[in-house]
Amino acid sequence: MAVITYRQALHDTLRDEMHRDDDVFLIGEEIGVFEGSYKITAGLLDEFGEKRVRDTPIAEEGFVGAAVGAAMLGLRPVVELMTINFSLVALDQIVNHAAKIYGMFGGQTSVPMVLRTPGGGGQQLGATHSQNIELYYAFVPGLKVVAPSTPADAKALLLAAIRDDDPVLFLENLALYNTKGEVPDHVEPAEIGKAAVTREGTDITIIGYSRMAGVATQVAEKLHDEEGINAEVVDLRSLRPLDRETFVNSVRKTGCAVVAEDDWLTYGIGAEIAASISDGAFDYLDAPVRRVASAEVPLPYAKPLETAALPSAESLTTAVRETLDAVGRRR
Amino acid sequence: MAETATRTKPATRAKSRRSSASAANSGPFSGESAELLRGYFQQMTLIRRFEERAAQGYTQAKIGGYCHLNLGEEATVVGLMSALRKTDLLFTNYREHGYALAKGIEPGRVMAELYGRTTGTSKGWGGSMHMFDVEAGLLGGYGIVGGQIPLATGAALAIDYRDGDQVVMCQMGDGTTNIGAFHEALNIAALWNLPVVFVVVNNFLGMGTTVEKSSAESELYKRASAYRMHGERVDGNDVLAVRDTATRLVQGARESGGPALLEAVSHRLKGHSVVDPAKYRSEESVQEARDNDPVANFRARLVEAGVLDEDGAKEIERSAQADADAAVAFADDSPHPEVSTLFDYTYATPVANDSRRLPADPVF
Ligand SMILES: Cc1ncc(C[n+]2csc(CCOP(=O)(O)OP(=O)(O)O)c2C)c(N)n1
Repeated sequence: MAVITYRQALHDTLRDEMHRDDDVFLIGEEIGVFEGSYKITAGLLDEFGEKRVRDTPIAEEGFVGAAVGAAMLGLRPVVELMTINFSLVALDQIVNHAAKIYGMFGGQTSVPMVLRTPGGGGQQLGATHSQNIELYYAFVPGLKVVAPSTPADAKALLLAAIRDDDPVLFLENLALYNTKGEVPDHVEPAEIGKAAVTREGTDITIIGYSRMAGVATQVAEKLHDEEGINAEVVDLRSLRPLDRETFVNSVRKTGCAVVAEDDWLTYGIGAEIAASISDGAFDYLDAPVRRVASAEVPLPYAKPLETAALPSAESLTTAVRETLDAVGRRR
Repeated sequence: MAETATRTKPATRAKSRRSSASAANSGPFSGESAELLRGYFQQMTLIRRFEERAAQGYTQAKIGGYCHLNLGEEATVVGLMSALRKTDLLFTNYREHGYALAKGIEPGRVMAELYGRTTGTSKGWGGSMHMFDVEAGLLGGYGIVGGQIPLATGAALAIDYRDGDQVVMCQMGDGTTNIGAFHEALNIAALWNLPVVFVVVNNFLGMGTTVEKSSAESELYKRASAYRMHGERVDGNDVLAVRDTATRLVQGARESGGPALLEAVSHRLKGHSVVDPAKYRSEESVQEARDNDPVANFRARLVEAGVLDEDGAKEIERSAQADADAAVAFADDSPHPEVSTLFDYTYATPVANDSRRLPADPVF
């Protein structure tokens, strides 16, 4: 078992999969000579050559669409979209084509491609470069959207995404690239569409994904150590398909829940989670489901404003305490 | 000119042409086999009759959605398709019934798709705008203007990646040359020297907007020069000219791997879609389209040259009508998809936790 960064886990997985399968190739802006904006693809051009590590012009619609077309013929492109913000330029190819080609043609051809892309705020990049718009993709049947929160999961989910026959949006997070974690020597592909209970507990369920799943675990540990609260943490890992069963079962056990999400509140992923809990665990609920999300503003550049706008360990802690107070479970 | 199409497979093509009974040795069809000429006429006539039946099916509410016909573009369709091998791949826009027929798909399956039946080219999931058949090499009709162009470029990338010798053809209309996807995809195809021939069917209209009103350079083949790509314009109402030019460009793509842009100038006989009465069109424009009717004109040329006599032409027309009628009967008799199959085609790799439910079902 090695302790490596999230970045390293992604890099190693891409490299291993390219060795394993000649049909796997990388395509995107600045992934070759420049080695990737976030250096995930460092060294891969030297190792695999231009055919398999393909630098593209700044033409997101063009090269994402080309990856879709190549995937229709059975190649397994792994696209790097510099950040999720630029995916909007390729929205037509992702939503109208990648997601629908399998269904629209009655299952005759699939699109086995991966769209790797970082999202997330907190780097003072301003409104157009700091968005959590994974919801746009999680909304679409035909796409799969996964969001690993740890290096081990990054590896297991990327393996699964590359080997999956459907288009998978693979959401990374700028804040996670340098985080470290234990990764077993041999990792099996994850089952896409399965959430993980990353901490068992009985007092309350905290549900998060990507960066906020990690924050949820920290908050749960701290509340346990300092206040004796026993929170259960569910890491969604996959936003579509959504594993309702795992978090609904957890809420049936604990009787209350807080959702921690980096996206905006209104119509956000937490709204879907809360509705699913209401559908599946209404009789077990002792308190309304609380949601901790980003402030509903275009994310500002100025540090104090940006910090205030993003959900944090503090805001999540407050929401958990208040929910426990409401059900009389604070010790 | 036949040689260009046969270079890579000289034996079969050349033989079939020479073996036909009455190859014209002089006159307008010099060097063409009569059998091949009659074959083109047969295909163009089938498309004509098929589309007339499609329009009828639409007014009878047997066909839903949008329905864009190839009426007036038959020579372009047949000329282009005869430049491709069966293994070559085709991407089109939503105006693709004729292409599906000329690429060799059974008329019944094409009509059944219009009728939304399981026997259709996309099992009833696609409709008029989204036909697909791997065996015929039709990799889809696409309803988003320009959406097919990056896809075709990517298919060519896959061929190049695997050192294949197929060529991709990507059809679109004149209005499509103004959307970003066109420029991005042509640039990428040229940068990477991909085996794809982009074909613009210039019928002078994108819905109601004329090519002059939508394209700053309305001679569309010239746009190729922006990508250092070979560009060429051909009379899209002349099936042989289209075939010859397309064959040359396809062969170029096959041999050098690089892309090309072909503009086929044609006319739309009817409105943008079946429901469009085309009130925006001037008398002259409609008359021009009629004067250039590629099916009627080709028929007249064939009869004049003695390749067909009047009876022979009528026989072909009768048989095309019978094929179109049979297609309708096949579609009519075919089953609708079962509602129980509704969730079958969301994912190729199935998922355990997919929300498979109808609005009436309970959530869990
Ligand atoms: C992105 C997009 N915008 C608009 C439309 C609506 N639309 C459908 S066909 C069409 C005209 C296209 O004209 P052209 O490219 O010349 O093709 P033609 O219909 O003549 O074959 C338009 C505007 C669409 N389908 N997709």
